[in-house]
Formats: sequence, structure tokens, C-alpha cells
Amino acid sequence: MSWFRKPSSTPLWRDEFPVFTADERYVSRRQFTKFLTLTSFSMMVGNLWILARSTLRRPATWPRVPVAAAGEIPVGGVRTFNYPAADDPCILVRTSAEEYVAYSQKCTHLSCAVYYEKAQNRLECPCHRGFFSIEDGSVLEGPPQRALPRVALEKTDGQLVAIRMEGGLV
Amino acid sequence: MNAKPPQNRGLTAIDGAMVLIIVLLMVQIWLLSATLETYLAGHREAALPGAIISAILFAACLALYRFVDRLDSQVRRG
Repeated sequence: MSWFRKPSSTPLWRDEFPVFTADERYVSRRQFTKFLTLTSFSMMVGNLWILARSTLRRPATWPRVPVAAAGEIPVGGVRTFNYPAADDPCILVRTSAEEYVAYSQKCTHLSCAVYYEKAQNRLECPCHRGFFSIEDGSVLEGPPQRALPRVALEKTDGQLVAIRMEGGLV
Repeated sequence: MNAKPPQNRGLTAIDGAMVLIIVLLMVQIWLLSATLETYLAGHREAALPGAIISAILFAACLALYRFVDRLDSQVRRG
């Protein structure tokens, strides 16, 4: 650490292996302080990384993916599909005769698959008992901190088509 | 009144600086987790203030570390 030590001061090795017992307390405290400062540096790097990701991220382009035929799913029924990529599971729920909602199936807590709990009319994560509103995907209860990303749907020629993701890291 | 020997006073000052760094670090950890949650929720507006505040907190930690280092050298030299 030549930055912080004057050239005239004693060499580092002499500080690290002191002759007197009392000096050892200083070494351990200074080393601990150095460790804390380095941890603070890594926290700052983390924040800068988030800033870089936020700034450099380009707006996503969304594919149009047919999910199901309208009327194919009964009221209260569920269909799972993948959107926007093949490894992004989503869940489609028919909440009433004319209403369909779709969300990412990955829980925002630890990515367990959420399922539709018909009796309570909400989405549930079985891993840590996280509950999400079926209306907007917001957190009702449990450890998740963020709402489920929503899949925007469009009805075209009797087909429900996923057109984009809303909310979440898009 | 008995004055503390210079070595003990030095240790007290180092302990105080360490506690202050720990408090700053806790704030920084909270800030990082809050910024990350906000970013993952799709909001990008918190990223810049988060980075600026984190840099200020790191600068404060660095200043305290330099204080500890300097104090340590001074006390050793007597």
C-alpha cells in the first residue's frame, strides 16, 4: 500500500511483525479497517455496475408469440408458456369470460415457479409462501419484494398473442 | 487527573474511526441492496443517485482509513 505510506516510514513487514506485544493490537485494528475500506470499495463498484447496466441497456425488442386460442381455456383455467425466450416460463390465467392475465412464472424472490391458487384467486410461490395479486402481479404477502413482471397480451383473430413484457428487468 | 498514555488514546481514536466505518458500511450495504431491488423492478432512475452516494460513502471510509493509518504511524513513532 505505497499510496498511504510515506517512503520515510518503516517497511510494511516490520509493522506486520512487531517486536512489542502492544503493537500487535494496532496491526490487527489497522488491517481490519483496511478490510472494511476494501469492502466499502466493492459496494461502490456494485453501485457503479448497476449504473453502467442502467445506462448502457438498449430497449428490448419483443417477439409476438401466440399463447392460446381465446376460449380454449375455461374460466379459472391456466396455461403455461415460454416468453420471450424458450427458458422464460410464464403463466396465463383466464380470470373471467373476457379477461386473461399473464405473468412471468419465476417468483421475484428466488425464482421458484409460481402457480395459480384458484380458491384464493391469487398466485402463490410454494417455496417460501409468497403471494401475488392476480390483478396486477403485486406482492400481497411473503418474502418477495418485487411484483411479477407482466406479459402484455393482444387478441388477434381469436388468438391470444404475447406482445411484450411489462415491469421487471426488461 | 490521570491522562491516558498516548498509545491508549491512539487506540481509542482508532476504535472510534472503526465504528464510524462500520456504520458507513452498513448504510452502503443497504444502499446497494435497495438500488439493486429498484433496478430489478425495472426502475433505472435510482442508479445514478445510488452510485454517487455510494462513492461519497467510500470516500469517507477511505479518509477514515487514512486517518487510522496516519495515527498508527504517529503513535508508533511516539
